[in-house]
Amino acid sequence: MDLFDILLSASFWTAAIRIASPLIFATLGELICERAGVLNLGIEGIMVAGAFAGWMAVYSGMGLWGGVAVAMLAGMMFGLIHSTLTVPFGLSQHVVGLGITLLATSLTYYAYRLALPEVTSPPKITAFKPYEIPVLSDLPLIGQALFSQTPLTYLAFVLVGLVSVVLYRTPLGLALRAAGENPSAVAAQGLSVTGLRMGAVIFGSGFMAVGGAFLTMSAFDSFFFEMVNGRGWICIALVVFGAWKPGKALLGAILFAAFDALQIRIQQTPLGANIPYQVFLMMPYLLSILALIAMSRRAEVPAALMVPFNKGER
Amino acid sequence: MGNSGEAQVVLRLNAITKTFGALTANDAVSLSLHKGEVIALLGENGAGKTTLMNILFGQYTADSGTVEVFGRELPPGNPRAALDAGVGMVHQHFTLADNMTVLENVILGTQSLWKPGLNRAVARDKINELAADFRLSVDPDARVGALTVGERQRVEILKALYRDARILILDEPTAVLTPQETDDLFETLRKAVALGLSVVFISHKLHEVMAISDRVLILRHGKMVAERNILDVDKHSLAALMVGAEVSAPKVEPGTPGSPLLSLRNVTTPDQGNAPGLKSLSLTLRAGTITGLAGVSGNGQAALADLIGGLTRPANGTLELDSADVGHWSPREAVHSGIARIPEDRHKTGTIADFNLTENAILETYHQPPMSRRGWMNWGEAQRATQHIIDTYDVRCPGPGTRIRLLSGGNMQKLILGRVLEAEPRIVLANQPVRGLDIGAVNYVHSELLSARKRGAAVLLISEDLDEIMALSDVIYVISEGRLSPGFARDSMTPAELGVWMAGHGFEAEQAHAS
Repeated sequence: MDLFDILLSASFWTAAIRIASPLIFATLGELICERAGVLNLGIEGIMVAGAFAGWMAVYSGMGLWGGVAVAMLAGMMFGLIHSTLTVPFGLSQHVVGLGITLLATSLTYYAYRLALPEVTSPPKITAFKPYEIPVLSDLPLIGQALFSQTPLTYLAFVLVGLVSVVLYRTPLGLALRAAGENPSAVAAQGLSVTGLRMGAVIFGSGFMAVGGAFLTMSAFDSFFFEMVNGRGWICIALVVFGAWKPGKALLGAILFAAFDALQIRIQQTPLGANIPYQVFLMMPYLLSILALIAMSRRAEVPAALMVPFNKGER
Repeated sequence: MGNSGEAQVVLRLNAITKTFGALTANDAVSLSLHKGEVIALLGENGAGKTTLMNILFGQYTADSGTVEVFGRELPPGNPRAALDAGVGMVHQHFTLADNMTVLENVILGTQSLWKPGLNRAVARDKINELAADFRLSVDPDARVGALTVGERQRVEILKALYRDARILILDEPTAVLTPQETDDLFETLRKAVALGLSVVFISHKLHEVMAISDRVLILRHGKMVAERNILDVDKHSLAALMVGAEVSAPKVEPGTPGSPLLSLRNVTTPDQGNAPGLKSLSLTLRAGTITGLAGVSGNGQAALADLIGGLTRPANGTLELDSADVGHWSPREAVHSGIARIPEDRHKTGTIADFNLTENAILETYHQPPMSRRGWMNWGEAQRATQHIIDTYDVRCPGPGTRIRLLSGGNMQKLILGRVLEAEPRIVLANQPVRGLDIGAVNYVHSELLSARKRGAAVLLISEDLDEIMALSDVIYVISEGRLSPGFARDSMTPAELGVWMAGHGFEAEQAHAS
């Protein structure tokens, strides 16, 4: 099977979109935080917490959408901690973010052991099933890739549009972006920079957690340690790659996912037999770095990203 | 204008007091503003003008005192309430988001956050209408980052008008404007007053206060010390009221030109983005002379200052010190060659805000004895040297350990003067040395430059203020797009004649004449 066959197969693109879905949620979450001026390095840990919380909720008898809601709430809780420390208290966003990642990851593993002390292999749940959208899923290639996914993937795509509309077409989005560009301009209008930034971090963190929950409730049907595996960090790069714009970030997520799906398939070709598999594992990251260099040089970083705002400071 | 006796009082401040730690920024300040009136709030830097207006606008909370707008008391510390009451403020440092469009900046915060749509079309119409009414032409869809400073100020004023402001507060609005832009701004303010708005104009530029205001209120050290009808005062009496004593500019005697110390011969440097480089420019700085460089900002002044300061090297042409071609050329080399640099922006390149006075005072000498030996700092010596500068140059500060961020612009500039002049430099590169300073500090800086000249130093004075250039310089050059005019002797040119060169005329004839 050569490269062309892979790129033209529906199963390849179906896999790429599936792999992209958690990245889309988490990238949108990070993008919302950064647009308001807060770098959220808690993303990796919040995804772990979301993956566990959603899965555990379903395992304990809740419905699948209930599980998504629980994951979202768990993420929002960590977002509340993050934003309380970084926004009103103005602490270092790097230190707080990494702290949240360590805290959320460790708490999750602890909760897992508390909830399931005896088990050796984690129990499975009945995960989201693919839902074929009538008519559209019959289209060649993209029908399979885009319209035969699980409902959570559809939600991810809907959210991209929704976040776009809110950011660019509503007063709320305008105020949020301004908080990330020049918080004094927001304060001068009598709006609360603290409220806007905290709200953005709390909601953004909720989206990150849903991204994590996608892994346990849609991509797989169980929870493993290390299952997030650096996806959060990739999303931080994707925000830069997407120049802080939801649409471009979506493209970036799909691109990265396509590289990932591609390397799995190349491993199974004759080429893959002769080269250590780690080389292929590395490939999406390497290509992402190259794409990042090419794409993000002219990007406009939110001017007040990582700049704490203190009212009345002289 | 001027009938303030009968007109309605739109704004009243009652005994506002505000302290920051030990500093009393406002001490029981009261004022009233009438409909259709322009009042000027005059005072030196640090007199408490900006603090007072920030209290009025709700950005600070006063320790005591009240603010009444149209007869209703404003709740303290609430900018929203001030906006809703019809107060619009144009800050000294603009509160605009550069990456957003004019339209987005203007409508920010004017609609409920939970409304679904933005309604750009309606907003665009209203902005265009206001722009026409008040002569504030600006493209609503332009990105603010791409606008000139004057245009950005128009956006700030539009923001206030868009919110139906009836009282406009402008904090040092002309500090960043060219004379032409200042005229445009005054035109807009006159339109606003004619339409029944009232204006508070904060400034320390006396001729502007004289030009635009009906009444002037003078703040000194946080206290309201005088209130005058503009018809009853002149520039001189205002200056005396502001400083609290008679002030006089230093007397300038003609200098005695000596030998050439620094020469540029047909020097060319590359353009830096929008800023032009030097175009085959020749200039000689002589001992005992102040050479004035006039010109509109952004015409190659930065390139020339960077070159002399050692930050860049000529791409073509030569740079000669004492008639010998300089070899290696770096900032440190420049300092060693006896070039004193008073940088254009004392905050960005002149000082390090969170370093203390001692650390800032030795930025150019820390690497050599007596400040350090064999890689070890001698802080005792550094502190002694700094204390000497503080005493000699009258730097008002708690002590050498104070972070320089806490000093006023004038005191910061005095420390920089001390840093560079204590070494008795042979060449002084003074780039906008009095920008943003009050009269007292301006006169001080000028007298220091004159005494450096008397000592035999060659001074290059770069300024956008033609009055300053004409008052101090023995010889005046005009720079335009990196080209240099011929040198004009003191008093040989009128401001209008220099203005023609500043606008870029005359250079072609000069070239034709030369070839």
